[in-house]
Amino acid sequence: MTPVDFVVITAGLLLIVGIAWFFWGPRQGGTRAALTSGGYQEAMILVKGGYTPDLIVVQHGKPVRLNFRREETASCSEMVVFGDFGKSAKLPEGEIVPVEFVPDKPGEYTFACQMGMLHGKLIVE
Amino acid sequence: MPLDTATKQPTLAIDPICKMEIGPNSAFASRQIGAETFYFCSAQCAHQFDQEKDQAASPGPATTAVAPTLTREEQDQAREYQTLVKKFWFAATISVPVVALSYPSFIPVLRDLLPAGSLQLRIVWGLLGLMTIPVMAWSGSQFFIGIWAALKHRQANMHTLIAIGISAAWLYSGVAVLFPDIFPAMELAEVFYDVTTVVTALVVLGLALELKAKGRTSEAIKKLIGLQAKTARIIRDGKETDIPVEEVLVNDIVLVRPGEKIPVDGTLTEGSSNIDESMITGESIPVEKHVGDEVIGSTMNQTGSFRFRATKVGKDTALAQIIRLVQDAQGSKAPIQRVVDKVSHYFVPTVMILAVASAVVWFVLGPQPALIYALIVFVTTLIIACPCALGLATPTSLTVGIGKGAEHGILIRSGDALQTAQRLQTIVLDKTGTITKGKPELTDVVAERGFDEGTVLRLAAAVERNSEHPLASAIVEGAQARGLVLSEALGFNAVPGHGVEAEVEGYQVLLGNAKLLTDQVIGLGQLEIKARQIADLGKTPMYLAIDGQAAGIIAAADTVKPDSVAAIAALKRLGIEVAMLTGDNRRTAEAIGREVGVDRVLAEVLPQDKAHEVQKLQLEGKVVGMVGDGINDAPALAQADVGLAIGTGTDVAIEAADITLISGSLNGVVMAVEISKATMRNVTQNLFGAFIYNSLGIPVAMGILYPMLGLLLSPILAAAAMAASSVTVVTNANRLRGWKPKEAF
Repeated sequence: MTPVDFVVITAGLLLIVGIAWFFWGPRQGGTRAALTSGGYQEAMILVKGGYTPDLIVVQHGKPVRLNFRREETASCSEMVVFGDFGKSAKLPEGEIVPVEFVPDKPGEYTFACQMGMLHGKLIVE
Repeated sequence: MPLDTATKQPTLAIDPICKMEIGPNSAFASRQIGAETFYFCSAQCAHQFDQEKDQAASPGPATTAVAPTLTREEQDQAREYQTLVKKFWFAATISVPVVALSYPSFIPVLRDLLPAGSLQLRIVWGLLGLMTIPVMAWSGSQFFIGIWAALKHRQANMHTLIAIGISAAWLYSGVAVLFPDIFPAMELAEVFYDVTTVVTALVVLGLALELKAKGRTSEAIKKLIGLQAKTARIIRDGKETDIPVEEVLVNDIVLVRPGEKIPVDGTLTEGSSNIDESMITGESIPVEKHVGDEVIGSTMNQTGSFRFRATKVGKDTALAQIIRLVQDAQGSKAPIQRVVDKVSHYFVPTVMILAVASAVVWFVLGPQPALIYALIVFVTTLIIACPCALGLATPTSLTVGIGKGAEHGILIRSGDALQTAQRLQTIVLDKTGTITKGKPELTDVVAERGFDEGTVLRLAAAVERNSEHPLASAIVEGAQARGLVLSEALGFNAVPGHGVEAEVEGYQVLLGNAKLLTDQVIGLGQLEIKARQIADLGKTPMYLAIDGQAAGIIAAADTVKPDSVAAIAALKRLGIEVAMLTGDNRRTAEAIGREVGVDRVLAEVLPQDKAHEVQKLQLEGKVVGMVGDGINDAPALAQADVGLAIGTGTDVAIEAADITLISGSLNGVVMAVEISKATMRNVTQNLFGAFIYNSLGIPVAMGILYPMLGLLLSPILAAAAMAASSVTVVTNANRLRGWKPKEAF
């Protein structure tokens, strides 16, 4: 094995570990939905290459309203689906689309685009 | 209504343009239209108002239209398609010179002009590099847009893979042109601009075709939305006026002429007609409607003209509810997709890891020029992977399948319901209102010797005309249907629990059960045996006595719907066990069960125990579907794995039901099962295809065939394959549009 090979192998392995950590590694942060006067826990979510924020913390038993705003034309993200709550919404570009539901049980729920490419997580406390 | 408040000189007026509250005195401008004054917060609002004067001054729609966003969505899609096509042509055009000049050694004239390693060639390659920039920046823009956002979320998708692939090829080529000396051998300083442009062109073409095909999957819902009537002719203040359908209010009297579309839901108040309801119920035979009957908005009036009172308008109409249900269902996920989602989550990063790993392996172990092979393998692996095919597989088929159901009057609530419906092993049919019409009809008239049937029925009906018993109307309607003229009954008296008595045409008439006659010491004679036979068939016999003598029997029963027998047979052909659930006594239930051909009869079930019976079947390990009316059977529908509610006219949003059958026919159950089977078969084909494609394509791209067969895929072929794969998935889903029921009729 030449020194070049050694460098390439090491770099490749580091890259692989890096990719794995980057996409699957532990995440932190999250946005807590704000409680509005109407009694809703509201959060604004930007849809562009992903959901921003993609981790939303809400409390159980209180209605949640997530306002989605899609700012891209890629058809991938034209729909957001909350499989666990049986809710879905089409997101026309540039429009604010509210999705409302009441999370009854604490836990972690995911939401995603229809093809499951973009992911977001809802943590219900 | 903001405009009304403006006219009443309120403390605050509302700007009709921006809806801001403003004081009339502090308003920037005002306009007088007729008796109304409008106030504006700014010059812009006033200007806009002047331009849209007519619209702003009109009262505006009273109700919300069914789906105002659809046309916009269609426009968006059409525009996106146009753009993609343009992007494709641009990339394709640039690709021609790029491909030719990248390999001058294969082209006779160019070979001599641009010999390998010459300065001219390097300059030409440098120009090619510049030419490819607009291809990446415009044609390939969707791959790069959002990549930062995605990476910030530590997410990646198909676009990320393509972006990395084409950039890698471009960057390598750039280095080769600018710094050929850093390569250990001259043949390594190659350019791959052709990969960048051709891959971009092919993938963009794939996206365009996919978008087009995806648009077709939602054709069913577009058809439904197109059904909506545009205008309504209503009677207000005694005058006929044509108004937009959005402005029809509940309780408006609507006039419908022959051949016109019924604008909203309502109850017929005057006239009668035949109405084609096939677009909503899937029932092809026109339905006769009389005063008091429900009419459904967007169905087609055929022969008569009539008036009806609007009961549901705007988003409450049956059509609007159907559209909403179908849209929700099309957006829902089938359980099978949860698995796919898990795979998708790992898919893209895994492909990146595989691409890096195979590039390293090729560099270290591969043949010379190793660097070039490593690059090709890296790019090919990234490009061939098609997470989109996996992701598209389920939703596109569901969209077509659920839309197909709606076309046939079957509303499938969710992907979940659809997936479970195809696994149904037992279907429980509630007898009353499901297998039968749910309304008694006259079935038998028996006359004792010395009397004729006509007299028996005529006298019985004349007496029953005064009664409120549910069987009474069956007898009266039966007599009228036979053209009998009924005389007045005098001295009508109901004997609670036994029957009725009255004097008709001078005769003393008794009509009721055996006890009514025996109490008056009237012998039943032969009739008693006959009555028992009738009762055994599930009918309700009543004795008739004329002047103290038993004269005959009148029987009524809830009759079986005309297509129930055929539908039950069809379900059995689909391999489903059919059970009938009823509160009737076992003998009666068995008799009806035999008549309609069910496998199993669950008799003497109290209404509150229906859910329990369903549960008992489930405990036998069966996947159970329950068909009922959605109101009395709600708990049983909810208990069943799939609850199918038989529609009740315009109320289609039945909460407890997983599937709503808008037409009352059991044929809908057969159709629902068939549609779910066909759709899930399509989903499986798609998933299988996408899975096989990726699990074969990726290893081949990584060069697994090279050691044995010397085969290595070019990135351009990979791009073609990947574009074709997602188009194939959507096209396969579109095949469902031509689906026809096999067993249902």
